[in-house]
Amino acid sequence: MPARRGQLEVWLEKAIELMIRLCGISAIIFVFGIFFFVFREGAPFLAKLDWSQFLFSPDWIPTSQTQPKYGVGALIVGTLSVTVLAMAIAVPFGLGAAVFVSEFCGKATKETLKIVIELLAAIPSVVWGFIGLCVLNPLIIQTFHTPIGVNMLNGAVLLALMSVPIMVSIGEDALKAVPDSYREAGLALGATRWQIVYRILLPAAKNGLLAAVLLGVGRAIGETMAVLMATGHSVRIPHSVFDPVRTLTATIAAELGETSKGSEHYQVLFLIGILLFSITFAVNLIADLAVRGVRKK
Amino acid sequence: MSDRQAMFAETPLGRRKRRTERVAKYFFGFMAMAMVVPLLLIVGYVVVKGWPCLSWEFLTTNPRGGGIRGGIWPALVGTIYLVGLSLCVSAPIGVLAAVYLNEYAKDNWFTRIVNLAVVNLAGVPSIVHGLFGVGAFVYAMHFGKSIISASLTLAIMTLPVIIASTKEALAAVPMSFREACWNVGATRWQTIRRIVLPNSISGILTGVILQVSRAAGETAPVMLTGVTVYKAVSDNGFFLYTLNEQCMSLSMHLYYIATQASGAPPALPYAIAVVLLAVVLLVNATAITFRVVLRSRKKW
Repeated sequence: MPARRGQLEVWLEKAIELMIRLCGISAIIFVFGIFFFVFREGAPFLAKLDWSQFLFSPDWIPTSQTQPKYGVGALIVGTLSVTVLAMAIAVPFGLGAAVFVSEFCGKATKETLKIVIELLAAIPSVVWGFIGLCVLNPLIIQTFHTPIGVNMLNGAVLLALMSVPIMVSIGEDALKAVPDSYREAGLALGATRWQIVYRILLPAAKNGLLAAVLLGVGRAIGETMAVLMATGHSVRIPHSVFDPVRTLTATIAAELGETSKGSEHYQVLFLIGILLFSITFAVNLIADLAVRGVRKK
Repeated sequence: MSDRQAMFAETPLGRRKRRTERVAKYFFGFMAMAMVVPLLLIVGYVVVKGWPCLSWEFLTTNPRGGGIRGGIWPALVGTIYLVGLSLCVSAPIGVLAAVYLNEYAKDNWFTRIVNLAVVNLAGVPSIVHGLFGVGAFVYAMHFGKSIISASLTLAIMTLPVIIASTKEALAAVPMSFREACWNVGATRWQTIRRIVLPNSISGILTGVILQVSRAAGETAPVMLTGVTVYKAVSDNGFFLYTLNEQCMSLSMHLYYIATQASGAPPALPYAIAVVLLAVVLLVNATAITFRVVLRSRKKW
C-alpha cells in the first residue's frame, strides 16, 4: 500500500514538473504567438503591398473611397523624431540621475530616490497623455507663442519623463556592477569623484549604460496613449519641434476601432504592428547583447 | 604659520579639486531632482484641479448623460474585473515560469533564449499586445470584444513583471537551504514547495502587486480588445458585467472624457485621473512597504 501511494506521488510530481517546464517556455510561445497572430491578420495584404511605397511614401490616406494610400513614411518619421527628441532630453537626465544615485548620495537619499523613480515609472501612460493635453499644452503655447501646444515637443517631454525611470534603474545596475577596486584605485591616485565617474566608471560601464539607453528608446518607440493624446495627431513630415506629428502606435490605436475586420485598412494596421514588433525586437536584442557583454566581464 | 600647519594647509590644487567635487555633486543632484519635482508637481496639480469633483458619490454612482455627469462606479468595477481576471491567469504561469528559470533551467543556449523571450515580451509595445489580443482572442478564439479577451491580453502583457520579480526572489534564497533539503532525501519539487517558495513568498507577492498596478493603468491593449467608452448599467452592485461582454475601465474613461466627450465639467477628467493615480500609486506604495518590512525581517 505505501508503495502505491509513493507511485502516485511520483506521478503527481512528474505532472507538476511538466507544468513548470511548460510555463517556463511560455514566454517563447507567447512571443511567437504575438508574431503569428498579428502577422496572420495582416498577411493577406502582403501580396498587394508595394514595399518601397509602404515604407517611404508620406501619403497616409487610408479612408479614401477611390484611391486609398497606405504610406507610413510620415508616421515612421513622426515616431523617430519624437523618440530622438525625447532621448535628447532623457539620456542626460537619466544617466546623470543614475550616476547621482549610484555614486554621490547617501543611503537614505538613495532609497528615497529609488522609490520616487519607481512611482514615476508607475504612472499610467493615459495619465501622462492627459497631462500633456491639459498641462503641457497651455504651457507650451504660453512659453513659445505657438498656435498649438500638442506637438512634437510636448510628446517628447512626456516620453522623456516616461523613459527616464527605466534608464536610471538599469544604468544604476550597470554602475553598481563596476568593481569597487576600480573606484579605490582612482581614489588612491588622488582623483576626485567627478574624475572617477568621467574617466573610470563611464568607460567601464558603457555597455550597461548603452543597454539602459536602448531600453529607454524601446519604451519611447512603443508608447501609445501619451503620444496619441499629446503629439497633435497630424500626418506630415515635421519641420520644427513645434509641428504636430503622428506616430505608428497612435495610428493603430486611433484607427483600428473604425475599420472592419479583413478590410485593406485593417490589414495594413496589423502590418504596422509587425513593423513596430520588429523594431522593438531589434532594439531589445541589442540591449540584451550589450548587457550580456557586461556580465561576461 | 609653523611648518606642520603649512603641510596640512590646503593647496590651490586641493581647493580646486574640492570645488569640482562639489559642483559635480550638485550637478548630478540636479539631474536627479529634475525627476522628483515633476512627480510631485503633477500629482499635486491633478489633485488640486480634480478636488471639486471628488466625493464618495463620485466613486459609487453610475455615470449619467453619456459619462459627463454622475460618478465612475462602472469604470472602477470594470478595472477591478480586468485586473482580477488577468491576475488569475498571469500569476500562476509567471510564478511557475520563474521557478523553471531559477530552479530547473540549466545554463545553456535554450535558457538564454527563454530569458531573451521574457525580455522581449516586456519590450513589445502595448498596442502590439492589443493587436495580438484582437487576432488571437477576439477573432481566432471567438471570445469577441469582451472582458475575457481584454484580461487575457493584459495577463500576457504583464507576465514579465511577475517572472522578473519572482526570479529575483527565488534567487535570493540561499543555495544551502536547498542543499540541506536535498540531503534529507527530498525531491526537487518537495524542496521547491517546502523550502524555496515559502522563503521567497514576499518577493513573489511584490511582483504580483506590481502586476496589479501595471494592469490597472493600461489603456491601449484593452481599448482594442474589450473596453468600451460607455456602457449603461442598471444597478449599483458589484456584479455589473458578465465576462463575455464589454466593460468600462478607469483608464479608458479618462481617455474618453479628456479627448472626446464635450460638455464635461473641467474638473471631471482631473478627478478621474486622481482616482486612477491613487489606485496605481497606492498599490505600488503597498508593494514597496511590503518589500521594506519583509526585507528587514529576513533571517539570513
